[in-house]
Amino acid sequence: MSSCWATLQDYGLRSIGIGERILPKTDITICEQVVLIGSGLIWNIYFGIIAVFFGFWFSIILAVGKNHKLALLRIPSESIIFVFRGSPLFIQFFFAYEFFVLLPKVGIEFDLGFITLSAETRWLTRAWLGGLIVLFFNTAAYSAEIFYGAIRSVPSGELEAAEAYGITGWSKFWRIIWPSMLRLAWPSYTNEAIFLFHATSLIFFSGFPAWRQSGDALYYANYFSDKTFNPFLPYPIVAMYFILLTLVIIFIFGVANKYLNRHLDVEQRAKIQISINILR
Amino acid sequence: MFNVCADPSTLTEFFWVICYLTTAKHFAFYVSFLVVLVLLAIAAPLSLLFGFVATIGTRSSNWIIQIFSKCYINMVRGIPDVVFFLFVPLALDQFFEFIRHKIICFDVVEPIWQGTDFVVCKSAKLPLSTAELWVHQLYAFTLALIAFAIVFGAFAGNVLSGAMRAVPKTQTETGAAFGFTQKQIFWRILVPQMWIYAIPGLSNLWMILIKATPLLFLLGVEDIVYWARELGGSKTSMYAYPHPDWRVYYFAGLLVFYLLMTWASSKVLKRLQIKLSKGQATMAGKELQGY
Repeated sequence: MSSCWATLQDYGLRSIGIGERILPKTDITICEQVVLIGSGLIWNIYFGIIAVFFGFWFSIILAVGKNHKLALLRIPSESIIFVFRGSPLFIQFFFAYEFFVLLPKVGIEFDLGFITLSAETRWLTRAWLGGLIVLFFNTAAYSAEIFYGAIRSVPSGELEAAEAYGITGWSKFWRIIWPSMLRLAWPSYTNEAIFLFHATSLIFFSGFPAWRQSGDALYYANYFSDKTFNPFLPYPIVAMYFILLTLVIIFIFGVANKYLNRHLDVEQRAKIQISINILR
Repeated sequence: MFNVCADPSTLTEFFWVICYLTTAKHFAFYVSFLVVLVLLAIAAPLSLLFGFVATIGTRSSNWIIQIFSKCYINMVRGIPDVVFFLFVPLALDQFFEFIRHKIICFDVVEPIWQGTDFVVCKSAKLPLSTAELWVHQLYAFTLALIAFAIVFGAFAGNVLSGAMRAVPKTQTETGAAFGFTQKQIFWRILVPQMWIYAIPGLSNLWMILIKATPLLFLLGVEDIVYWARELGGSKTSMYAYPHPDWRVYYFAGLLVFYLLMTWASSKVLKRLQIKLSKGQATMAGKELQGY
């Protein structure tokens, strides 16, 4: 047990470059597998949370754009949604990586007055940024389709009532469409978030190299499976971690769902269910 | 391929492109598109079958079968599909070799797992080390196919069991009132009627299946991703057709291929949906009749 504690200290944060450099090679214990794969999960959570957070706001813009009368706004939104929903995420990763590699290697400095930020294009070829950008666009496109559908199903009576009270333009969107849209879209959006977190496990298998063997949960599972010739331990460990992660997502989104539905009778509230029928 | 192409270094730009795109390796690339289509053509019906059997399993009176099928169709909700694509072919391969080892080399007493090695006797290897290349490729493809069928069978099981629940209760109750047995109700009322409810889910599943095909690359099959990386990588003057790193263009080509596939599929599926909705007592069916 005490040795497992030592393993946790050595490898608990290995995936983000803290702790022992060298990965276990011989006499690999179950503890090492559980700890290192769990450490890799940090990356999955990082990719998932950042992509969902920023993707959410971009997807709202895309959804509103797709619903707009002006072709100048509609067509770009529709195109982004079509390209990212119509092609495999795996190919998107490959394409993006090769594209980022070809970019000229330049450094750009942002002078913000009190602090100077430097951005370099070589970071784009690293998974933490390049992979994240692809995931961001991907989830934004899928979510935009969900939110677009929800905007279309906001009851027309609510809109007419708003106009009768003189609520138009931005305040009509924020105060009338927005709450209904979120409430209607939420169960599907929960699905999208779950499958996005699952999709994060593709990044390190798709061109983006794992720098200094710092990879995600599946990367380490694959490592152990290659090293021990025994797939029956590492893959079920990854599976357990992802099931736990899925349950946590369902819980958090469930709390939000309750909040969005708080004004409705209990029977009228939409329930969150993982459904394969919707998207992804 | 063409006589003009005998010496690529003397060609004009136009002929260079023609000759470049018709090399033997490029034909292997074009054939790999067929591999994707073959995979789709076999995996789709196979996973539908897996899903259907699993759905029947969830309604079984035997609780072991019931729990097993419920676990099977629900596992894809919590576990990423990539995990299965990496695990299933490897596990199956070891399983087959383990069985063959026990049967063929029953006299070997050494354990199969020796530390970090998986050792089976030579004649139990699958495929045999003496086998030709295409046997190895076919074996890898078959394992990949089984992995696809298992994963998408679970997805299909979700869709089909949802569709079965969507068939109006009155239909099955009417059957029971007419003295149908449970079996007759299932096969004559539930199964014929569930498809219209399953079509949206199955259409979506077909799209997911198309978008999952590049994962063949992870399974060691020489598919379009493999060839795009192989052909696109920069070629020095050692090669007949030297060029810089063109992988980004090859992947752009693959993106277009997949966009076309999903775009065409969505058109066909929409038509199918309209066709199947005709005469149905659903909202879509009524709209078609002009209600």
